[in-house]
Amino acid sequence: MHAKLPPNTDILRPSTPPFWRDEAKRAIVFQLFALLVVALVSYYLYSNTQANLERQSIATGFGFLDKEASFEIGESVIKYSAADTYTRALLVGALNTIKVSFIGIVLTIIIGTVVGIARLSSNWLITKLAAAYIEVMQNIPVLLQLFFWYAIFYEAFPSPRQALNPFSGIFLCNRGMIFAIPEAHPAHAAMGWTLVLVLIGGWFLNRWGHRRLEATGIPFPALRITIAAIFLLPLLVWFIYGAPTAMDIPELRGFNFQGGITISPEFSALLFGLVIYTSAFVAEIVRAGIQSVGRGQIEAAMAIGLRPGRVLQLVVLPQALRVIIPPLTSQMLNLTKNSSLAIAIGYADFVAITNTMINQTGQAIEGVALIMLVFLFFSLSTSLFMNWYNKKMALVER
Amino acid sequence: MSTPKQATREYRAAPILKIGVLTWLKDNLFNSWYNSLLTVITLAGLWYIVPPFFKWAFIDSLWYSPAEACRDIEGACWSIVPNNIKFIILGFFPSGQEWRPILAMILLLTLVIYSKERTRWNKRLGWYWAIGLIIMGTLMYGGLFGMPVVETAQWSGLPLTMMLSFFGMVVAYPLGVLLALGRRSKMPAIKTLCVVYIEMIRGVPLISLLFMSSILFPLFLPDGMTIDKVLRAQVAIILFTAAYIAEVVRGGLQAMARGQYEAADSLGLNYRQTMRLIILPQALKIVIPPTVGILLSAFKDTSLVVIIALYDVLKTTKVTLSNPKWTGYSTEAYIFLAVLYFICCYAMSSYSRRLEKELHTGH
Repeated sequence: MHAKLPPNTDILRPSTPPFWRDEAKRAIVFQLFALLVVALVSYYLYSNTQANLERQSIATGFGFLDKEASFEIGESVIKYSAADTYTRALLVGALNTIKVSFIGIVLTIIIGTVVGIARLSSNWLITKLAAAYIEVMQNIPVLLQLFFWYAIFYEAFPSPRQALNPFSGIFLCNRGMIFAIPEAHPAHAAMGWTLVLVLIGGWFLNRWGHRRLEATGIPFPALRITIAAIFLLPLLVWFIYGAPTAMDIPELRGFNFQGGITISPEFSALLFGLVIYTSAFVAEIVRAGIQSVGRGQIEAAMAIGLRPGRVLQLVVLPQALRVIIPPLTSQMLNLTKNSSLAIAIGYADFVAITNTMINQTGQAIEGVALIMLVFLFFSLSTSLFMNWYNKKMALVER
Repeated sequence: MSTPKQATREYRAAPILKIGVLTWLKDNLFNSWYNSLLTVITLAGLWYIVPPFFKWAFIDSLWYSPAEACRDIEGACWSIVPNNIKFIILGFFPSGQEWRPILAMILLLTLVIYSKERTRWNKRLGWYWAIGLIIMGTLMYGGLFGMPVVETAQWSGLPLTMMLSFFGMVVAYPLGVLLALGRRSKMPAIKTLCVVYIEMIRGVPLISLLFMSSILFPLFLPDGMTIDKVLRAQVAIILFTAAYIAEVVRGGLQAMARGQYEAADSLGLNYRQTMRLIILPQALKIVIPPTVGILLSAFKDTSLVVIIALYDVLKTTKVTLSNPKWTGYSTEAYIFLAVLYFICCYAMSSYSRRLEKELHTGH
């Protein structure tokens, strides 16, 4: 039952403060003010830009993308010539960025994990070497490292005529690393498809094995079978096609090598620099992740009779990965963003090509906007993927 | 009831506290078959790398010689460093005036070393810094006491690197804290602005911001108005670093227990007092390690101004290397620079480790 209010309720009601002391109203005024300032500054910059563009008669809009690029690009994943459009040139750049980032990320994770585990080794020598690697590589700017590797690959290596030949079929010179590759043969495509099928099949096999283990408790060595199949089945296909062994061996003709596959010094330097720099950070992340798993967890796992490998697989890794993945994501993004330093050593990545385009067309606003958009896209898609993975790992927790 | 038997006493040797070299080796290098194998393989690898490097760097090398002498040797030509040290460190600063940037750098270092002790962190230190910065600015720019004016375009080498990174850190830090507070704010408009800013900056590489500052920014200004190139790069570095600091500080703010806010509320503190007296001192303290990580990368990232043709210490080195006399000794020059950067970064990170230990008041 509510008590009846006395007739004069005005006395009991707290007096409303004036609006400048009312927090809610003050917040609204403050926000309006902030938005107004942002809007005014934007408008000011916009109108200046319009006036400047008009005065310097710089074209606006993305119409130039359909024009002929008329510059050559050193290396490209897809077919490209100077007669192609700017759009195609930018695509080449984006693919080059993806190429170096992807290979870089894979190598970084491998090296970083190895060094991170080495940092925790019981072997004194290995621990100290890993610690020195981490400390030194973290503390030297990545751009300096890129210049250093580029100088090594470009200056210290001999000219193609005196190319080093450490193993047969591999040449090292200042034009890059030249490998012999197997000559094109239909067997290779078939092997590739087999590998894809094995991977898909392996995924289903693993899932089925896991389900059966959960349901019946009977383990099934799905992972081992998959790994064996990854190596053996493509080999089998190769034998079925008659085991073609013809190689496309690089040969010195004139001033450069013909045939084989060439990895340019720019690409190698960029990859080396990015991988070495980033893997030092990844090693620290891996070490911290492994150390975050309590000793009691490992002891408990050993006490219930798990073998060391199973302890790592079932107890340590699932917990460590949960700690490792968020900072690892940001390191992977850092690597992708740092790949834009390619411009300093002349690797044709997206930023370098956009920069050439800006110099040719003068349309700096569109160019910088494109760079930002592409990198925002890379960043957002990587973090979306990693968030998905992170959520999947976190679900293991009860 | 039987009397308990007299326990037989066992005499054991005292535990071994000192271990010999052999035991140490056995424990640390050869404690299992695979560790022994690893040790042997690593030692073999080192044997292939270290002696040739040592020979190259120290035995076959020249330290103080003209460039011509270097053509005849197998080893390192460190002479490139002493012969060009003035240009690498000071760049295009007018000759005859070199004492000014050197003095400014010494002053900065003195202030930094003086500020290391936490007992000296008080108002007076703030004044020292203010006076010091004014003196440094005067020394660099000149125009007073008969010192000729040196335009910022001529500021180069190590002073430029130090200035870009130092001001980058000092200005970006408070800006980052403000952005972090904005991101945690209850006001939707402020929050949105901060989130968009932070996420956008963190999503793009620094190089795109530097491009923006060097080629786009002049377009944003009214006709006839120009802003110094160095200042524009400085602003880009500040804006970039601030977004990263904001994310780190946000982590610290999120780690604060609700009780801290409620306690502040119940004491009747307003927002500003709550933040200044209760929340920020604790939040900023727990994020010291990641903050130093950000500041370190800001320091290393100043080298990126090479790409927009500012003459920081990396660019002056490259200019030296483009001199035909010294072309081909880039390995030596870059190693020298790497050592320089390493010393600075290592000093910073070990100081942060010490500070973290000193500030650790938890249980």
